[in-house]
Amino acid sequence: MPDGSSEPLSTMQTLTEKLLARASQRARVKPGDIVVAAPDVVLSHDNTAAIAAIFQQLPQQNVKYPERLAITLDHAAPPPTPAHAQNHARIRDFVREQGITSFFEVGRGICHQVLCEEGIVGPGMTLLGADSHSTHYGWLGAFSAGIGRSEVAALWATGQLWLRVPETIGIRLGGQLMSGVTAKDLTLSLIGKLSSAGANYKAVEFDGDGLAGLSPDSRAVLTNMMAEMGAKSACLAPDAVTWQWLRETLRRTRPHDHEARLEFFREAALYPDPAARYAARHTIDLREIEPMVSCPHSVDNALPLSAIGQTSVDVGFIGTCTNGRLEDIAAAANVVRGRRLRKRLLVIPASSLVLRDAAEAGYIADLIEAGATIGTPGCGPCMGVHMGVLAPGDVCISSANRNFRGRMGQPEAEIYLSNPAVVAASCVAGQLMHPADLLGERRARHIVDAEGDSTA
Amino acid sequence: MTRTRHRVWKYGDDVNTDVIFPGKYTYTINSDPAELARHALEDLDPGFAASVRRGDVIVAGRNWGNGSSREQAVSCLAAAGVHAVIAASFARIYFRNAINNGLLVIECPEIGDQVKSGDTIELDVEAAEIHFAGRRYPFPQLPEQVREIVNAGGIIAFIKQQT
Repeated sequence: MPDGSSEPLSTMQTLTEKLLARASQRARVKPGDIVVAAPDVVLSHDNTAAIAAIFQQLPQQNVKYPERLAITLDHAAPPPTPAHAQNHARIRDFVREQGITSFFEVGRGICHQVLCEEGIVGPGMTLLGADSHSTHYGWLGAFSAGIGRSEVAALWATGQLWLRVPETIGIRLGGQLMSGVTAKDLTLSLIGKLSSAGANYKAVEFDGDGLAGLSPDSRAVLTNMMAEMGAKSACLAPDAVTWQWLRETLRRTRPHDHEARLEFFREAALYPDPAARYAARHTIDLREIEPMVSCPHSVDNALPLSAIGQTSVDVGFIGTCTNGRLEDIAAAANVVRGRRLRKRLLVIPASSLVLRDAAEAGYIADLIEAGATIGTPGCGPCMGVHMGVLAPGDVCISSANRNFRGRMGQPEAEIYLSNPAVVAASCVAGQLMHPADLLGERRARHIVDAEGDSTA
Repeated sequence: MTRTRHRVWKYGDDVNTDVIFPGKYTYTINSDPAELARHALEDLDPGFAASVRRGDVIVAGRNWGNGSSREQAVSCLAAAGVHAVIAASFARIYFRNAINNGLLVIECPEIGDQVKSGDTIELDVEAAEIHFAGRRYPFPQLPEQVREIVNAGGIIAFIKQQT
């Protein structure tokens, strides 16, 4: 079993504080301290060429620690215009010139999913990334936070960056989610309650016996979505679920050194002190969480689906670093299997590994049969660049993380956010709908279908 | 004591980076100041870019700049000539980006309810206070280590000084 008790850092620190103490080579840190941290991994994506242009203003010719950089092409991939293609070409040149080995091409998937799958980030590590959803990696017991492009350029040059040690908000989960309710609903409910600035400048830590019932895919939703509550970082301590996922995944992605990598993570793993001090404590009974929807145009405009009146939708999107994993695609396939979509549904797996698994499990076939479109693994239309942007007047139901005005490329469109099964059900029904409310319809239609009616 | 005078553009709470600088431009418009300035606040206040004058300030509510980490949401305002953003609070990445790009960011919740677009405020950065309609509005100074970066003109200029 992993054992953090031998760590000399142990005082009354939260997991976040322990991770930041290690990253800044201090015995301990406290909220408000300004530390100089040396992250294990520095992430950038399609913004790498723009960062390289900033980097070139610095006297340093070479990246100080090229082995710490991780770069994915995911935000406009495959490139929709010659300008985007040229951007990718510049990034490939930079990768070659600087000898960067952790580089992932168009189609491998979204940075946050890929870096977890590849074992580049794991328990006890620190990542700083030029992407606001860099809070993601905390589900593996890492400290990870989003920063800006100039800061990444500075990190490339010096390997270190100033950080303010945040206060930590503790969120204790108890019980189990009801059938048809997901981690996404939990996060939308939390953000609705605490607001989009509810954790601004702060870290979030999840704990409690409710975590044990949450799958790896679901845990990633929790830490990913805390960016939408303003959090600097979000994390939870590794447990049996974490170690099993790492063991199974690394065996596939790192066949040559998966055992050594797992051992490295086991030694690196950190755990919060039992007497850790939290700036605030929230206790959530998972049984009380309902299916939720964030209405236009802010994530914290979240309501129970049951409280929203009849709302027509034009198009659905399932994907992103938030909800584009196998569990999400399985949920959508289970809803649409044997049905015909009334509305367009775009499904974009978060990574090539997810796409492959979804194909092997038959989910992709189910989705295609129902009339869905499958896209190249990557960010898709989430931030309005390409591959499914909206038209004026479009109403979109999306499993993504943001519904800001103009987010999907068109300020005169409306975006609702939900879990992937609700997206799928809404595209079947043509209006916002929970899959449980489709079940009667499916049974009825199967009988009708058997009698030769194909009007569905 | 050095006071500077600034015309106000007033906005509300939770102004996000997608309306400050739309995501569709993020990989094609990076450093050209004129292009950056032309799209500043495009989806929030389409009239802003044409009418903003060098030295103007933005006064906003809580959580200015939430959302994406895109740095153009800072640099488009700097390119448009905005002298400072004064808000009740900032989203944390925006706050960092501003410091690291030398855009003045001031946390002052008290002034928001007092001013409207077109008003003129006076700013005294050394004394860390805003003056408006005969009242003083103090604001918190940044930590010393962070002020060094702002004073250098941003993190890139700071590293150049150090190396």
